[in-house]
Amino acid sequence: MRLLTHNMLACNIKGVTKGFPLAIEVTKLETKESEMNPDFLRHIYPKLDWKALHDAAHTLGLNDIPEQVEPAMLEDEDFLQKFHHALLEVHLEEGALICPETNRRFPVTKGVPNMLLNEDEV
Amino acid sequence: MDCVVELEKHTTVDSLHSPSSLRINRVKEHRKSFSSWQVASPRRRSASIRLVARHPDVYEPCDDSFALVDALLADKVNLLEQRPSLCLEVGCGSGYVITSLALILGDVGNAQFLATDISQTAAQVTRETLSAHGLQADVVVTDLVHGLEKRLAGSVDVLVFNPPYVPTPEHEVGAAGITATWAGGERGRVVIDRMLTMVDNLLSTRGWFYMVTLTANNPSEICQIMKKKGFASRIVIQRYTEEENLHVLKFWREDLTFDYDYNSETGGGGATPQSSFSSKMSRFAFWK
Ligand SMILES: C[S@@+](CC[C@H](N)C(=O)[O-])C[C@H]1O[C@@H](n2cnc3c(N)ncnc32)[C@H](O)[C@@H]1O
Repeated sequence: MRLLTHNMLACNIKGVTKGFPLAIEVTKLETKESEMNPDFLRHIYPKLDWKALHDAAHTLGLNDIPEQVEPAMLEDEDFLQKFHHALLEVHLEEGALICPETNRRFPVTKGVPNMLLNEDEV
Repeated sequence: MDCVVELEKHTTVDSLHSPSSLRINRVKEHRKSFSSWQVASPRRRSASIRLVARHPDVYEPCDDSFALVDALLADKVNLLEQRPSLCLEVGCGSGYVITSLALILGDVGNAQFLATDISQTAAQVTRETLSAHGLQADVVVTDLVHGLEKRLAGSVDVLVFNPPYVPTPEHEVGAAGITATWAGGERGRVVIDRMLTMVDNLLSTRGWFYMVTLTANNPSEICQIMKKKGFASRIVIQRYTEEENLHVLKFWREDLTFDYDYNSETGGGGATPQSSFSSKMSRFAFWK
């Protein structure tokens, strides 16, 4: 899974109010190149929680994602490339996502996060 | 949902223009004959059966999967025009559908794809199918869209679902193994009805929802439920097989007006354009 998906996932155990962003435990990362699409990045940008992306990128060792974004940066090729890389090219292959409120651990196995809840959590 | 398939590929738009309309008989028995499909050619518009990964516990592409992909192909012109950014498949199984959708929309290159399944094995099989086609998309193991619904709210441009729709005893819904891939409980509606409550929250203002149903699911009632939530609907494809009468329904926000390219809908029994729900209801009357 990539940070795009991480940005869309929240813990929804009964009683949890926000459950977002999930902390990331990294066991294995993989980088796969993909073609950058500036239109997609500009479209998705307002839907992202930027702080969550910034912090998650940091956890994955990607330190060139700025804390704040000015609209003009979305026209800057160099910035878009870094944004694209962090959002879509780095894959969490093994590890876990952890709920910030309950510390519930959701395992990520072979790139797939398992968000299934136990019966008593629903 | 017997997987012995007699699929007439010429119902799809693409193959209308190709001299060799494919007729696939008994996919299961004659897989070897697909040698010419071994390489995913860039011109292919749906996933290659040869490259779809398999597992005994994972639903193999069947009539219903093909009907859904054919519906997406029939609606391709509209899909390309809509320029979706985020596409989500719920219950991705083998990955045949999400892979096909990614190939169909490949030309615009503007979309990202996400899929969910309740089965960990299906999620892995989908990943294999995607990567066999050189595609990247994320797969999440979850119940429908749980865990995604808050953050994805209002962002999904194309939502597709081929649900477990077969009428079965209630206890078979969500049972272990292959049964859960098709068991739909009373009237086959248990999982469908849970999904219907989520669509409004997920779809973007221009978003579309495609879903496979069976006559036994009472599609006209499904459309009425969605109508109350503010969605218009139409039948993209109806297909009558020996086993089941399948319909692929498409839903969109009623307050949204857009022009269909009706010319793209010649195949697959695509329904005629419907200007009002009442005209549609007269069509639905057939099904009862
Ligand atoms: C009829 S199969 C369709 C598979 C594939 N999309 C296709 O068209 O070939 C239904 C799929 O939905 C999955 N499923 C069943 N219940 C689900 C649920 N509650 N949440 C997510 N997926 C579910 C099953 O595991 C199965 O893969």
